[in-house]
Amino acid sequence: MWARSLVRVGGSGLGLRAARDGSARVAGAGWRQASTAEDGLRKTPLFDFHREHGGRMVAFAGWSMPVQYKDSHIASHMHTREHCSIFDVSHMLQSKVHGRDRVKFMESLVVADIAELKDNQGTLSLFTNEAGGVIDDLIVTKTDQGYLYVVSNAGCAEKDSAHMKARLAEFKAAGFDVDLEFLDEALIALQGPSMVRVLQEGLREDLSKLTFMTSHLATVFGVPDCRVTRCGYTGEDGVEISVPQTRVVELTEKLLAHSEVKLAGLGARDSLRLEAGLCLYGNDIDETTTPVEATLVWTIGKRRRQNRDFPGAEIIVPQIKAKTARKRVGLVSTGPPVRQHTPVFSPDGKVIGEVTSGCPSPCLKKNIAMAYVDAAFAKNGTPIQVEVRKKTVPATVSKMPFVPTKYYSG
Amino acid sequence: MALGAALRCLSVNLLPRLPPLSPAAQAGATRLLWRSGCPRTLSSTPKLWTALRFTDKHEWVRVEGDVGTVGISSYAQDALGDVVYCGLPEVGQRLEQMEEFGALESVKAASELYSPLTGEVTEINTELAENPGLVNKACYAAGWLIKMTIEKPEELDGLMDQAAYDRFIKSLEE
Repeated sequence: MWARSLVRVGGSGLGLRAARDGSARVAGAGWRQASTAEDGLRKTPLFDFHREHGGRMVAFAGWSMPVQYKDSHIASHMHTREHCSIFDVSHMLQSKVHGRDRVKFMESLVVADIAELKDNQGTLSLFTNEAGGVIDDLIVTKTDQGYLYVVSNAGCAEKDSAHMKARLAEFKAAGFDVDLEFLDEALIALQGPSMVRVLQEGLREDLSKLTFMTSHLATVFGVPDCRVTRCGYTGEDGVEISVPQTRVVELTEKLLAHSEVKLAGLGARDSLRLEAGLCLYGNDIDETTTPVEATLVWTIGKRRRQNRDFPGAEIIVPQIKAKTARKRVGLVSTGPPVRQHTPVFSPDGKVIGEVTSGCPSPCLKKNIAMAYVDAAFAKNGTPIQVEVRKKTVPATVSKMPFVPTKYYSG
Repeated sequence: MALGAALRCLSVNLLPRLPPLSPAAQAGATRLLWRSGCPRTLSSTPKLWTALRFTDKHEWVRVEGDVGTVGISSYAQDALGDVVYCGLPEVGQRLEQMEEFGALESVKAASELYSPLTGEVTEINTELAENPGLVNKACYAAGWLIKMTIEKPEELDGLMDQAAYDRFIKSLEE
């Protein structure tokens, strides 16, 4: 799935800050009873497995997660692009929405047209607020099992669950048939061009029929009750597998036994998602950015635009035609890499925006970034300037994804 | 370099957690006077290493004659990850001790560099422009960063020798 899990924790600085900020707890009843490390961080069911495999654990959104393993960040990044990698994304919030009125309920919270989704089809969507800002991004899958399967960010788990539960209370009070369940399952992503070769060996279903953003229940390498969804957050072909906690180590070991597969951590995940032009919640989108500013208009269903029946629609829908003063764009530069929270300047030196994510691209050997800039400078090819250590560096507005995505459309 | 304090860590704080640098670490540095040209007698240690002095921000300096060669420690390069860009000063720039003189950039992080000594930059490692990964591959040899004059040799006394630095690293990891 699209585990948009890399929420920024703390400002500049080390994991130390992350640890301090990492106190996010999920209030939801039934949310997994993850064990907690001495440092107050939560552990996924793969915690010991990560350590045994050389994972360097860091605090992330209240969880102790591997940032990388024994291979270097760049080696791990390239391995994912050329072979495939397993990512533990168990820290993300998985939930199910049950009941006859589940679509109506979910559509009251997000911008997607869920009613029009086919059985077992999913979509990227956004929880929006009344001001038109983005509360979180998420994947909603309309399963043929009588529920919606929802995955949202670990860093937003507390507010997402509270948000959903508040709306649930309203729906129940109004007599609607809907219920929420927060899942205990672990979640791993297998991402990269060899995914099919690796996974097909352990799967009776034909992966060529599981296209991008579709999902099926399956037995995977002998582990029953797995939900396999063709999605991810690397730009590669890949799947995310929701698997019972008690069997996740076994499944991960079986996948890792294949010579094509390595473990990858949050470091590679972040550079991969940025190359793929995918937003990181907390960096590139948040409650102060609207879907139109973020160039995520495609996530808003047509019917939803016409009906203006999602939170913030009265602000968001007019923006689609009127345009916005600022827009999320890609930037490419050479020389010292531009990083987040630095200003963007016009060629004549006026501040025209801010970088929200940036890193050297291991694939392109150039620096890539996302930024919000004044709409007048948002066209691809526009020369602008960025700031690195108080010096200005020329950069160019560029289309995203920076590296072509390879989603499997059948 | 300021792994402990100055990481401009990008979209996420992804560096392995490093404890804060303790001022006590400096007190733990040996107070042996060291002067260029002193015989190095620890035969069990590679000669190169006996000559290094370290800052608590993980830079090292090796003195040969009146020139100090500066780089970052193995611990620092490992924590930073693949170095993809080295921001180095101009030849001729004057540096105070612990003044910021540049930065190393990896995919995930940027980390400032601090001068171990007071002096003037006499040379920069131009190889790093083409091959910044040398900092990872050979941080004590081909991956050196700058050479500088040594205006205040007594500053060396306040830096850690290899044994003290090893103890310092161990204290960080505990």
